[in-house]
Amino acid sequence: MSEAMIRVRDVHKSYVRGRQQVEVLHGLTLDIPNGDFVALMGPSGSGKTTLLNLVGGLDRPTSGQIEVAGVRIDQLGSGQLARWRARNVGFVFQFYNLMPVLTAERNVELPLLLTGLSAAQRRKSVAVALEVVGLTDRARHKPKELSGGQEQRVAIARALVSDPTVLICDEPTGDLDRRTADEILGLLQVLNREHGKTIVMVTHDPKAAEFARRTLHLEKGQLLEQAA
Amino acid sequence: MTRLGFVIANLGRRKTRTILTLLSIVTAFLLFGLLQAVNVLFSAGADFVGATRLVTQARVSFTQPLPMRLLPQIESVSGVDQVMWAQWFGGVWQESTQLIVFATDPGRLEAVYPEFVMPADQWRAFRETRTSMIAGRALADQYGWKIGQKLPIGSNIFPQKDGSKSWTFDLVGVFDGKDEEWQRNTNLAYVNFAYFDEANQFGSGRAGTFTIKLADPDRAAEVALAIDTMFENSPDETKTQTERDFNIGFFKQIGDIGLIVRWILFAVFFTLLLVVGNTIAQSVRERIPELAILKTLGFSDGAVLGFVLAEAAALCVIGGIAGLGLATLAGTMVGGGNLPIAVDHRVWTAGLAAIVLLALAVGLLPALRASRLTIVDALAGR
Ligand SMILES: Nc1ncnc2c1ncn2[C@@H]1O[C@H](COP(=O)(O)OP(=O)(O)OP(=O)(O)O)[C@@H](O)[C@H]1O
Ligand SMILES: [Mg+2]
Repeated sequence: MSEAMIRVRDVHKSYVRGRQQVEVLHGLTLDIPNGDFVALMGPSGSGKTTLLNLVGGLDRPTSGQIEVAGVRIDQLGSGQLARWRARNVGFVFQFYNLMPVLTAERNVELPLLLTGLSAAQRRKSVAVALEVVGLTDRARHKPKELSGGQEQRVAIARALVSDPTVLICDEPTGDLDRRTADEILGLLQVLNREHGKTIVMVTHDPKAAEFARRTLHLEKGQLLEQAA
Repeated sequence: MTRLGFVIANLGRRKTRTILTLLSIVTAFLLFGLLQAVNVLFSAGADFVGATRLVTQARVSFTQPLPMRLLPQIESVSGVDQVMWAQWFGGVWQESTQLIVFATDPGRLEAVYPEFVMPADQWRAFRETRTSMIAGRALADQYGWKIGQKLPIGSNIFPQKDGSKSWTFDLVGVFDGKDEEWQRNTNLAYVNFAYFDEANQFGSGRAGTFTIKLADPDRAAEVALAIDTMFENSPDETKTQTERDFNIGFFKQIGDIGLIVRWILFAVFFTLLLVVGNTIAQSVRERIPELAILKTLGFSDGAVLGFVLAEAAALCVIGGIAGLGLATLAGTMVGGGNLPIAVDHRVWTAGLAAIVLLALAVGLLPALRASRLTIVDALAGR
């Protein structure tokens, strides 16, 4: 593993709820090296999703610094951030969040509409991504014709297709049975080991965390320990 | 897939809803096309170009009959070839069906309307039979009238001398139009003026309106002006216009068509705004998480705004063009002849402007809403 891919420095995040301001993250500092696979665990409400959203550039910290692949994303405007996400991060969510009106291959193609790739190049990238997740034979299926595990594979292919350096996964197996979950986690492991993706994954499942290289525990907005 | 492909795919999300919305847009634009055509027609000014006939009516209203004594004066105007007169008879068939029936001089009708064709012996019978009547092909076919029949035709205006409003005429001829357009205009009948004039209770001497066949179409405006000037400040002031404008005025009598048309269009578009607006708003509301995912993937706020607007525009454009197309078709079927309704470029220009306005009106607010979504809140369902 080489230098830090993700650098979080003294990050505070608070939300305004009604007239009250609630701080969720209290000065969090964290380094994730390039090529790491981190499982983030912790009780509900501890701020896992909040942290993930900040690292993925979906939201901005109230204070503190976040650097991903050398870019200070806490300083980007929302337009710049959108462009940065398109190039650098892939997202996988608990409920897959595919477009129900599009087939699997078109769901995977969607992020490529933001690139300058030709139709032929896009088709090729889509085919490769579907191949990686093992869903080539389901390319023409709509999400509701797929099982949960298959939907999540499509979502992973969509996250992969523009070849980002970082994958952000928020409870990717939270809605799947043990066996399917293990398949998905195995896939993430392959992406980490063989394709060199840096992965940050939130999970409630200790078995899932075992697939990662290390596990971080978040409690009440603070990191507890750093197990190697 | 292209961005446009994505927009179209989203329209297929709720097929029934999309189709119903499309149908309402098509219907609205069909109505728009036809009504706008009527509107254009009615709001157009006097147009003497290519007129071969003028109609002289009383200046106040064509319902006010002009006296027969104007005839020689009108005939004396330079540029006038032939003059006929026609009195609206107010024909009624079988108690309740209103017919278009005029009382006129047979010989002059034949001279002024060469577009109406009928065998010579029937023209002769029309001239020589006292109680004669001729009917257009369309009208005769509609009621199954045959030459030789005695037809009881009532009048809701003119009683006979004995006070009875029922008249009987001998059908001596059936005329046709010289071409397809004129054939469409044969749903009227003429009765012999001489008989009508002597038998009606109000007495004789009324001509109704005068129809003038011009010697030279290029002089239409000049002849019209000469006639109206001649009777200026007399008890019988006249208004002379082209036959086409007269026909339009005839329909205008029903009311201020332009105003009615505008109100109908206003109501139609207001309803359309609610229907289509609701469809778009609903379709945005039910896929907030999907829109948030688009942003997550890196689509900018502007791109998301574009997607929603494009969806609204696609609905409006598809429905609007189809509706205007149908209106154009319908226009060519019912239009022409005396009431030349044409869904022409003016109507299309107005229609296309309406499509753009509608798309913006129904799409802008939902599109702004979509573009302003914050990803984390939308994903968390907040
Ligand atoms: N946009 C927001 N507005 C107000 N409060 C928020 C917002 N986002 C998160 N919170 C609050 O911040 C706290 C942490 O939320 P977060 O979603 O990060 O928790 P989590 O660790 O992911 O929990 P879970 O395991 O249930 O997903 C919670 O108390 C939540 O209610
Ligand atoms: Mg969470």
